[in-house]
Amino acid sequence: MSKAAEIDIVSVSKVYGATTAVEDISLKIPAGTYCCLLGPSGCGKTSTLRMIAGHESISSGDVRLGNVVVTDLPPARRGTAMMFQSYALFPHLDLVDNVAFSLKMKGVGKAERHAKALDMLKLMQMDGYASRRPAQLSGGQQQRVALARALITDPEALLLDEPLSALDPFLKIRMRAELKKLQASLGITFVHVTHSQEEAMALADLIVVMNDGRIEQAAPPRTVFERPATAFVARFMGDHNVVSGRVSGERDGLAFFDVPGGASLAASGQAREPGAPIDIAIRTDRVRVGEAPAAGLGFSGIVSNIEYRGATVKLSVNGAGIEDFTVILDDESFFARPVAVGDAVPIAWDVEDTIILGRLNS
Amino acid sequence: MTVALERPAMAAARPVRRRRFSIGAIAPYLQATPLALILGAFLLLPILMIVVVSFWDYDFAAMYPDFLTTNYADVLGSWVTWKTYLNTLKYAAIVWALTLFIGFWVAYFLAFHIRTTAMQMVLFLVCTVPFLTSNIIRMISWIPVLGRNGLVNSTLVQLGLVPKPVEWLLYSEFAVVLAMVHLYTLFMVTPIFNTLMRIDRSLFEAARDAGASGWQILWNVVIPLAKPGMAIGTIFVVTLVMADFSTVQVMSGGQSASVALMMKNQMSLLQYPAAAANAVVLLVLVLLMVAGILRIVDIRKEL
Repeated sequence: MSKAAEIDIVSVSKVYGATTAVEDISLKIPAGTYCCLLGPSGCGKTSTLRMIAGHESISSGDVRLGNVVVTDLPPARRGTAMMFQSYALFPHLDLVDNVAFSLKMKGVGKAERHAKALDMLKLMQMDGYASRRPAQLSGGQQQRVALARALITDPEALLLDEPLSALDPFLKIRMRAELKKLQASLGITFVHVTHSQEEAMALADLIVVMNDGRIEQAAPPRTVFERPATAFVARFMGDHNVVSGRVSGERDGLAFFDVPGGASLAASGQAREPGAPIDIAIRTDRVRVGEAPAAGLGFSGIVSNIEYRGATVKLSVNGAGIEDFTVILDDESFFARPVAVGDAVPIAWDVEDTIILGRLNS
Repeated sequence: MTVALERPAMAAARPVRRRRFSIGAIAPYLQATPLALILGAFLLLPILMIVVVSFWDYDFAAMYPDFLTTNYADVLGSWVTWKTYLNTLKYAAIVWALTLFIGFWVAYFLAFHIRTTAMQMVLFLVCTVPFLTSNIIRMISWIPVLGRNGLVNSTLVQLGLVPKPVEWLLYSEFAVVLAMVHLYTLFMVTPIFNTLMRIDRSLFEAARDAGASGWQILWNVVIPLAKPGMAIGTIFVVTLVMADFSTVQVMSGGQSASVALMMKNQMSLLQYPAAAANAVVLLVLVLLMVAGILRIVDIRKEL
């Protein structure tokens, strides 16, 4: 239906008065990619999206879409279309006029624009509601109309600002699947802002984790999950324990470090000079309970909480200098050798399940 | 087991609930009674009396209970009445157009160009400052401005723009319209400002995303969404102008007429039944106008 465009963000910053919302980020989103900008609120992901869309001026840097530098172009001339968080459908217009709005602005005749809008509504399976007003629709239906309105401009990239946040959990999962299918069939670039790592993992070809106006990591979902680049990414993506300490030395190809308050742990990876701060991540589901650990690959702690979750059981363990270490056990292995709150248990993991995390140079 | 236990408990609770419900049934009427009494005594009853009196007979000294349609025949059959109604409608149309235009842009400026809510409130209060004095005083204060030797004329003469004072500034239809616009613009600003403040700002971005220019956004998004406010303001202004007599009397210096002024004159001649018939005709006309406005614009979502 339309050609996809590569989006190239080159050292873009956004400054509001004294606060920097986005600090010198560079990112290349290949054509036809489903890209998720992921991060907590206030991390600059929405500002980044709005700068790509042209609804926010760029303080410094450039945005290129395909071969065109769009930094100073108005939104409608960038080849992007934006879907707003609350959908921003025009309450005084029926669905056909909502979808046909951009054609009307271009001066397309009434019959032609209505026919095109109806086709687009048909694509979204909303043609049966064409003469309704947005207020008469459910959240999911409104979203489809908003999609139709965005896509009628035949954009090279579709920008979605938290498109699923207004929906209830079940609808969220259904619309998520529809978005993915739509992107695959249209083949255009999607940039999707979300604060839900689950949503990002389910949808994205490329996850961009942002924090404090900077990009912590930009990689495919599997890489982001299995090899988080920084402590922030590991914590934000979840299912990782992050332990911090100072490097004490290197033995047998392992970097050893001391956790303030006691334990000495090890991780495989490039050694750093002694005394340097280090963060490592340990997958919560790869930890074993009740097994004496090898040197630096485990500790003894006291179980502080047990949560039964059906297929898995979540334990929280406190050790020397390590608070709230999370262990996810599958229900079978937990109930084979159950532990209770207050029990002292040894905890162990393999060296392959440890990741040395990087730090952003600030 | 639990289900079986719950059932008798619910059955026992049912009669109690029914008795409570019967008290609840008249509660809304009780709550509505005070307002209904006030409106009945001070609005419906007087209007009813006017309608009744409008059918009475009268001479120069007294009124006689009767059922005559001559008062209406006099009102509707008189060339003067028609001319006065047309004149009043002309004032209403001109003042409506001017207050709508000025009111919309003042509200637009307040709603979209003033960033902070505090500043919006301050400027809005500034708009209401003239209302701290009475209508009459605000009107009379125009006289030293517009008069033959008033501020405007003396300035114009001193600047040499006109050889002698401009006569039509005061005691003219111009003066009437000017004073009415001055008096009633705020009634247009307030409801329009209210509707503009309710417009979701992301709609403007969505429109810009769709390629709309500033004027296209104004015409296709802002004005359609401001229509309910405009309608409410229109009702205020039209009813106020249609019922106005003091502004017309003072500012035209007695040279122009309005329906209410005509009624006032009839009353000062003790022709109460004639004035009452006139009032009924005016009431019907204004109600028809309001009904027409409500047919065109749905204002319910604003209330």
